[in-house]
Amino acid sequence: MTAASTPTAPDGLVTRSHGGNVPTASRGLRFTSYDVDAFEVPGGREEDWRFTPLRRLRNLHKGAASTGTATVSVDAPREVSVATVGRDDPRLGDGGVPADRVAAQAWSSFTAATVVTVPTEQRVADPITVTVTGPGVDKVAYGHLQLRIEAFAEAVVVIDHRGSGAYAENVEFVLADGARLTVVGVQDWADDAVHVAAQHASLGRDAVLRATAVSLGGSLVRQAPTVTFSQPGADAELLGLCFADDGQHLEHRLLIDHAVPHCKSNVVYKAALQGEAAHTVWIGDVLIQAEAEGTETFELNRNLLLTDGARADSVPNLEIETGEIAGAGHASATGRFDDDQLFYLTSRGIPEDQARRLVVRGFFGEILQRITVPEVRERLTAAIEAELEAVGA
Amino acid sequence: MSTLQIKDLHVSVLTDEAPKQILHGVDLTVRPGETQAMMGPNGSGKSTLAYSIAGHPRYEVTSGEVLLDGEDVLSMPVDQRARAGLFLAMQYPVEVPGVSMSNFLRSAATAVRGEAPKLRTWVKEVKQAMSELDIDPSFADRSVNEGFSGGEKKRHEILQLSLLAPKIAVLDETDSGLDIDALRVVSRGVNRFQEQHTDAGVLLITHYTRILRHITPDVVHVFAGGRIVESGGAELAHELEEHGYDRFTPKQEVAAS
Ligand SMILES: Nc1ncnc2c1ncn2[C@@H]1O[C@H](COP(=O)(O)OP(=O)(O)OP(=O)(O)O)[C@@H](O)[C@H]1O
Ligand SMILES: [Mg+2]
Repeated sequence: MTAASTPTAPDGLVTRSHGGNVPTASRGLRFTSYDVDAFEVPGGREEDWRFTPLRRLRNLHKGAASTGTATVSVDAPREVSVATVGRDDPRLGDGGVPADRVAAQAWSSFTAATVVTVPTEQRVADPITVTVTGPGVDKVAYGHLQLRIEAFAEAVVVIDHRGSGAYAENVEFVLADGARLTVVGVQDWADDAVHVAAQHASLGRDAVLRATAVSLGGSLVRQAPTVTFSQPGADAELLGLCFADDGQHLEHRLLIDHAVPHCKSNVVYKAALQGEAAHTVWIGDVLIQAEAEGTETFELNRNLLLTDGARADSVPNLEIETGEIAGAGHASATGRFDDDQLFYLTSRGIPEDQARRLVVRGFFGEILQRITVPEVRERLTAAIEAELEAVGA
Repeated sequence: MSTLQIKDLHVSVLTDEAPKQILHGVDLTVRPGETQAMMGPNGSGKSTLAYSIAGHPRYEVTSGEVLLDGEDVLSMPVDQRARAGLFLAMQYPVEVPGVSMSNFLRSAATAVRGEAPKLRTWVKEVKQAMSELDIDPSFADRSVNEGFSGGEKKRHEILQLSLLAPKIAVLDETDSGLDIDALRVVSRGVNRFQEQHTDAGVLLITHYTRILRHITPDVVHVFAGGRIVESGGAELAHELEEHGYDRFTPKQEVAAS
């Protein structure tokens, strides 16, 4: 088993046998717990919350009661099993344990979880689509989703988020030995939506995760993916493509925990920002523990400010506890839209709006190129085009 | 008919502090089919003139006129100037990461020609133009100018000249950074453009005379201190080759003060 070796059994969310401050063994530095009361209510100064506008969080951090339901529908081929399970399902928690108060709140508050399982050695050719629709304007909902890719199985999953309201959830990606999962999460929310998601990925031996976060819609979206390697030889690539408009707050907080030898991770997140008070946050924590010899990791964050008044915060953080690594690095850069590029393109007759689009598309091109599933890439290209239309770039 | 007229042009460059005046009254007419060379020392304002014609936002025209076939160029946005038939081969072509050369060329040709070129003929046309300039076909898939050597960038400027077929081409130091072979290839490209478009005019901005051994100018201007200080025939270029710009530089100080 992977992260089920955490000291608390998943049903601990009901019995809470561990009380207050028991840190889990596998997460080197971070405190994790299923218990919402084990976390203080954030005030805004905490490292974890300092960038998040708490006032807009619809009290998800202060115990907001569930007042609605988010619908989760799954479109998958027959060989994939899709189940709606209760809180006591023993598989829940295999991917990881909440590490902040909202994630713990979601864990304590959901009523039913969706578990999608791709059986051993099954190769699913067509993408599986999971559609999550928010609870509706002014409503609050909590949810839970788990994708289980069994040994040597392969699948592509698109998770679509749409609709209104406030929604907090835990999402687990549980990859057994040799499993391969390509997952694309699209934040296509309505303008009012608030979404806080903790994504827990646990990778078995030689497992391959390709995760892409596409953040376009919503008022406030905060996603915190954690990748845990339980066995050597695994490979995780986390891509992010983010387009923040007027007043949007789009936050990504990544933690990649290299606790075992010979795993690889690669992170490329890019954000374009346009409009007054558009705000993106990218935190990239990579931890290479003493045992994680032969680790290879790189993370890159680039932000493109298309207009004045937009702000991008970027904090890469690489902690290395062993000298025996294959390679490690990070880079982060935030720049304004380059007037010289615009001049060059328009001086060749290309109209200004088209030239802007070329530059922004070019900026994201590196990420789109890495998306190998044609349907998904087309979908994203179309989404970016729509975004560019909408903001009149 | 393609005539470029520049009348008493005054231009300032926008800086972090106050705008700084660079051009102090430039008068120039390039007639159909003409090649005019504009030569001058570093910092005399040659690129400023080129950018002002093309409409770079960092340059502010404080007075004067630029007319293309009698039409007011200065009131046009940058892209419209290009569609009206102006082309600037830049001294420092800009890198545009993530935009492929082929996508860029096609977008530009579509804009300038008013309709998308037919794909079949377009591919041939680009291939042909690239081979004439000794450009490897693999450049089509690379990002615009990204990681190109100085010489490769200049070849691609001339590639654009040949595909966009403007009425007036301003070539800003297209010769700089080229080795002897590349200079020959690029010069041939410019000459071919003029043979194929006998009405087009070329304003060739350069610091050195060596490109004038490949491209014969009808008129040579000496540019110093933000204005034209002398005009003549090809013999003026020879004089500059022998004696340099010394004779003209005192005037630059006068003009700049
Ligand atoms: N942003 C700026 N701030 C201050 N001065 C500037 C700025 N841009 C240009 N200049 C000045 O304007 C003058 C003219 O520059 P320009 O580039 O037009 O010269 P040039 O004749 O093309 O020179 P070169 O032969 O080196 O290409 C120079 O003195 C230059 O330093
Ligand atoms: Mg110059």
